[in-house]
Amino acid sequence: MSRVEVRKTHKLFIGGAFPRSESGRTYEVTDTNGTFIANVAQASRKDARDAVLAARSAFAKWSTATAYNRGQVLYRIAEVMEGRREQFIAEIEQGEGVSTKKAANQLDAAIDRWVWYAGWADKYAQLIGNTNPVAGPYFNFSIPDPTGVVAAVAPQDQSILGLTSVIAPVIVTGNSCVVMPSPVHPIPAITLAECLATSDVPGGVVNVLTGAPAEVMPWLAEHADVNALDLTGIVDESVATELERQAAGTVKRVRQPKPGADWYATPTLSRIRAFTEIKTVWHPIGA
Amino acid sequence: MTFDYAPAPESQAIVNIDSNYGLFIGGKFVEPKSGEYFKTINPATEEVLSAVAEAGQADVDAAVKAARKAYDKTWSKMSGKDRAKYIFRIARIIQERSRELAVLETLDNGKPIRESRDVDIPLVAAHFFYHAGWADKLEFAGYGPDPKSLGVAAQVIPWNFPLLMLAWKIAPALACGNTVVLKPAETTSLTALAFADICQQADLPPGVVNIITGAGDTGRMLVEHPDVNKVAFTGSTEVGKAIQRAVAGTNKKLTLELGGKAANILFDDAPIDQAIEGIVNGIYFNQGHVCCAGSRLLLQESIADEALHSLKRRLQTLRLGDPMDKNTDIGAINSRAQLSKIEELAKSGEDEGAQRWSPTCPIPDKGFWFPPTVFTNVTQAHRIAREEIFGPVLSVLTFRTPEEAVEKANNTPFGLSAGIWTEKGSRILWMADKMRAGVVWANTFNRFDPTSPFGGFKESGFGREGGIAGLGAYLDTEDNS
Repeated sequence: MSRVEVRKTHKLFIGGAFPRSESGRTYEVTDTNGTFIANVAQASRKDARDAVLAARSAFAKWSTATAYNRGQVLYRIAEVMEGRREQFIAEIEQGEGVSTKKAANQLDAAIDRWVWYAGWADKYAQLIGNTNPVAGPYFNFSIPDPTGVVAAVAPQDQSILGLTSVIAPVIVTGNSCVVMPSPVHPIPAITLAECLATSDVPGGVVNVLTGAPAEVMPWLAEHADVNALDLTGIVDESVATELERQAAGTVKRVRQPKPGADWYATPTLSRIRAFTEIKTVWHPIGA
Repeated sequence: MTFDYAPAPESQAIVNIDSNYGLFIGGKFVEPKSGEYFKTINPATEEVLSAVAEAGQADVDAAVKAARKAYDKTWSKMSGKDRAKYIFRIARIIQERSRELAVLETLDNGKPIRESRDVDIPLVAAHFFYHAGWADKLEFAGYGPDPKSLGVAAQVIPWNFPLLMLAWKIAPALACGNTVVLKPAETTSLTALAFADICQQADLPPGVVNIITGAGDTGRMLVEHPDVNKVAFTGSTEVGKAIQRAVAGTNKKLTLELGGKAANILFDDAPIDQAIEGIVNGIYFNQGHVCCAGSRLLLQESIADEALHSLKRRLQTLRLGDPMDKNTDIGAINSRAQLSKIEELAKSGEDEGAQRWSPTCPIPDKGFWFPPTVFTNVTQAHRIAREEIFGPVLSVLTFRTPEEAVEKANNTPFGLSAGIWTEKGSRILWMADKMRAGVVWANTFNRFDPTSPFGGFKESGFGREGGIAGLGAYLDTEDNS
């Protein structure tokens, strides 16, 4: 007789812990044929607020960690993900209805993307920052500082690669984030959260809210302690426009959705630039 | 024995102000289709200087159309090398006409001639000179091998540094290959219109730069115009938010340079006299009409009394009055509306329990004036510690530890600038790292340079002006990676 498997409860990831939604809500996730996979937590406004609080609390320490340290932490995420290959591939395969080979390709690209961004941790400031030859007796330099708390919507396709491509450039520079994965394919995001929880990423640096972006994102767009929105995964233009309008209330930086992304292509620095702020420091020169 | 200053007035003879000005569209001055004009006055005397066209919707349409045509037919096809030469020409003409521009700026704005002559206009020329050199080197700026221009830029600027803000907007826009429709502030149009004349002298192709004058409605029509690709605004946070809302969902690239409430932090080891000079410059420069002004002074408790004493003694030597006098330190408030706003906020300071002090200084009979003012006993909850006053009003708070200074300095929705005064190098770098602000001045304040990026964190806006970072505001830097 075959063994009865122990199934997992799929919860949110907030401040390094895995709470259920405070609303008590879940929703059904199915495969592409409509077959039940799991009940997944459906995040509420209160969960979003808790996640922002966790992200803000984590920001002070994460943003002042050394670049070397942040690079190692991101690399560690790749290491831990590698150990869960079979689980990720099975989840992608089942959720997205793709072949094992395609699922494996996606996972490989996602793990490699963490490694790619890990390597950027101690380099982007050397390219984006510089000294400025001002016309006077001053030493003047510009450096990129992290923007703060970023609320992001991951792409609706390529569940793990799209999610990784959105989170990694946000946190590599010292931001913390609240991310909403694809509501249709959220299972790999929860597995990623388990990897983050066990890979030296301080609690609260990444918070994962499963549920409906159209319901939760407006609260994040209006939240005064969120500094930026990444709307990559918002497919409905009118929803994106409304979120952008709400973001104006506290002058949030907004990265608009850009259709036609090829997540397998090597990224540029545009995402790192989008969520960093140039800070310029002056000091007199004198004997 | 006392020494009095003899008046040392600059002559107005160098400027010729027309009795009225049209709009600069497609390389020519044209009558506004709206048929409307408004008066611009000298805020130091309330005398009418000229009448300026008020652009309506048809005028805005015409200006955008001219900019589009110039972009499509001329400017986007021109080599960077040739664009550079036009911008260098402009820089040189500004240098040649610098005295005239300084006088015109002071007459229209009310700022001391010493500042327009020694700060504003030299920086204007420097901005064009710096950006000219970028026009044929953009592929080296780190935005990819072939960075593209955006198209037509709609630019709306404030009245505090009229020609300098124009330079910050137009120089990078042209260098990056964009064409421009710029709207100066309604109280300070004259140097922008003089700049139009400079464009003609430089033989800049028609339509590359268009100047339309008017008030808030004109600005709104411009930024909402469907055929602009870029919106750049410097001004109040309130208007900035409205603009961000208005361009939401469009493909217009937006940069905002908004308000501030900068902390100027004085530690007990700083050389007090040198620091007081910087603190006075930080808040009373340009009558405090500076978005990055050091309007909150944070004094370490152990030296608070001594610093306040020095500060008050120094303020007693400031000379308020005729902006055209070369000895004047504090000029006129730019408008009656701004004066009312400053007066209202200063009154709130008294009403909320802060202690108000100003040096005794005679106030001219005509014009708009506000004496340099210091508030002590200010708490973080007071409006004068939270809201941007945009006038010569300093709110003084105290702190005990560096951690407390950081906490208080960052306790604001703004994040434009910060000042640090201490002799300890490691503390400067630690504080600079902790400041959530786009510009940090250590042992100096209010320094500007075209090579040095300027812009805010948080609700002080986004995007940078100046330096390599500033080029990003006028190039298509976003991709779908």
